[in-house]
Amino acid sequence: MNSDFRSVLRGLTGARLKRAVRLGVKSLWLHRLRSMLTMLGIVFGVCSVIAMLAIGEGASFEAQEKIKSLGSQNIILRSTKPPEEQKVSDKGSQSYVLQYGITYTDVNRIRATIPGVSVVMPARNIREYAWNISRRVDCDVIGTVPWYPEMRNQRVASGRFFTDADMESRANVCVLGAEMVPALFPIDSPLGKHIRVGGNYYTVIGVMERLGAGVNDSETGGSGKPAAQRMFIPLETARLRYGDVLMRRRSGSFEAERIQLHEITVKVESLDQVTRVADAIKNLMERNHKKKDYEIVVPLELLKRAEETKRIFNIVLGSIAAISLLVGGIGIMNIMLASVTERTREIGIRRALGARRRDIVVQFLVETVILSGAGGMVGVLLGMSIPFLVTYAAGMKTIVTLWSPFLAFTISALVGIVFGIYPALRAAQMDPVEALRHE
Amino acid sequence: MATPIVQFTDVRKTYQMGPVTVEALRGISFDINAGDYLSIMGPSGCGKSTLLNLLGCLDRPSSGRYRLGGEDVSQMNDDALSSVRGTRLGFVFQSYNLIQQLTVVENIEVPLYYQDRPEEESRELARRMAARVGLEHRLEHKPFELSGGQQQRVAIARALVNEPLVILADEPTGNLDSSSGSDILELFDELHAQGKTLILVTHDPTVGRRSRRTLRLRDGRIESDVANR
Repeated sequence: MNSDFRSVLRGLTGARLKRAVRLGVKSLWLHRLRSMLTMLGIVFGVCSVIAMLAIGEGASFEAQEKIKSLGSQNIILRSTKPPEEQKVSDKGSQSYVLQYGITYTDVNRIRATIPGVSVVMPARNIREYAWNISRRVDCDVIGTVPWYPEMRNQRVASGRFFTDADMESRANVCVLGAEMVPALFPIDSPLGKHIRVGGNYYTVIGVMERLGAGVNDSETGGSGKPAAQRMFIPLETARLRYGDVLMRRRSGSFEAERIQLHEITVKVESLDQVTRVADAIKNLMERNHKKKDYEIVVPLELLKRAEETKRIFNIVLGSIAAISLLVGGIGIMNIMLASVTERTREIGIRRALGARRRDIVVQFLVETVILSGAGGMVGVLLGMSIPFLVTYAAGMKTIVTLWSPFLAFTISALVGIVFGIYPALRAAQMDPVEALRHE
Repeated sequence: MATPIVQFTDVRKTYQMGPVTVEALRGISFDINAGDYLSIMGPSGCGKSTLLNLLGCLDRPSSGRYRLGGEDVSQMNDDALSSVRGTRLGFVFQSYNLIQQLTVVENIEVPLYYQDRPEEESRELARRMAARVGLEHRLEHKPFELSGGQQQRVAIARALVNEPLVILADEPTGNLDSSSGSDILELFDELHAQGKTLILVTHDPTVGRRSRRTLRLRDGRIESDVANR
């Protein structure tokens, strides 16, 4: 009997809620413009939460991809021109041979003394013009070892990378970066064709996949130039063709640099040893190089830093969005307070005709929840479409995570309840006699 | 004889206006039997409105006892009073007090809305009440589309829809011209003839004379309680 009664009660309150919603929609519809404007606050709040999170997520995804392409188990050492040498070479008119950078001895030392290091991958970077008959591309010629793509998480798009055999025979073969293919071979496939680089002809045996934007500058030995073009030749071939001395002609002078290796990549066997090995290499290099003519890049540390940055970024974006939602909520509260005052008489009538305090609370609360709920929904739709627009118009990568619309919508509904409670309570606390007398 | 529908026993009401205590009702006792048609009259400030608010369970007496339909309502809490208003009382106001954004039929339904009646049932009841006051062809109109007399008839239909023990009317003809006013008074006569209990607050002697019994108030006390005709 008791449970029957309760189920009846529950059924009735469900029906009553349905009617309350209908009533709420009706009285909101009566003041269409006002309701729309009130909703806008929530719409923009929710929309900005989703859009900002999507843009932030996209940006950090790109940064992480970039770092991952360096290989999180890798430690990269690069030759850099020591600062004091740079000054000398800036004087210009002198002929001067600079000798700096990572040497083959360094590679051997690392290999011999540091445990837990699987591969040491040396590479040389030479800046040269690559020619296909009359087409010319200014590119970085990277002399490296056959396992370069595997270690750098890069893939060959067509053809193949060079092999140990190519390396030993010092074959004149090359693999082109995807970025320079359209400039050299706009129509036909480059595979099997020959290009001229610095007086030598190389057979194109493969083309690399395109890299994400910005990854390339890690290939140029930190020269800072936006060198999108790169091609690979076997390291031994590079040694044979270029020797150890690089000549660079300038107007009125020339400078020569002696660099054995531009870059070496050390692969550590397991992730948790990366930091330890990096320290060991730092020590080793410090002991053997008088000048700071190298830099050490640890992608794992970069990754950690990027994650930290992302966390801070998310907190900042989250609080901006929270503030805009708060402002929207205050807007709703403001309007509802005005609406309560305006409808004092209606409240009095309803109270006289048998409405309990909680009926009045429900009536006004339902209105605010409808406002913020509808605003939330519109905001979710807008917020999910804006990232596409951003991607389309600005070319930025955006990721709408699954949870962000839910989060934003829940927050907006909560805002409706929180900011609706006070006006609703105020409406309910009115004395019916005074409310009826209200003009 | 059956117990009276309304029993007032030494009811007092005082208001605290800052430092001043205002005694609006100074001990009022009277009974109203089922089927009575009572008018409450008196000069302004005599406590008419206060008495009506107490009768309508919109306010509680400071002391004394008010029994409505045999039940003491003088010390009930707010929710219980709301439910008493919704089930046992019908209100007719001077300024009609219809809800402007609702249609005629929806206005009539309002008291049933808070009684959790099924929708179809209350819609049907509201239609019947509208027909009873002669507004069956105006169901979907909004109040501002109706004349004052029509609006007051909607209010009367609304006061009837929950089959109350007592219908309370506060100057029901106060805002109406004489012809629509007399229409309303005729409607009250009809209701009285059908056995409804009516309480009417007015300062218009012609209105008061149509009731069966007149209660005169002065300075918060009953001055006279006489049967008419």
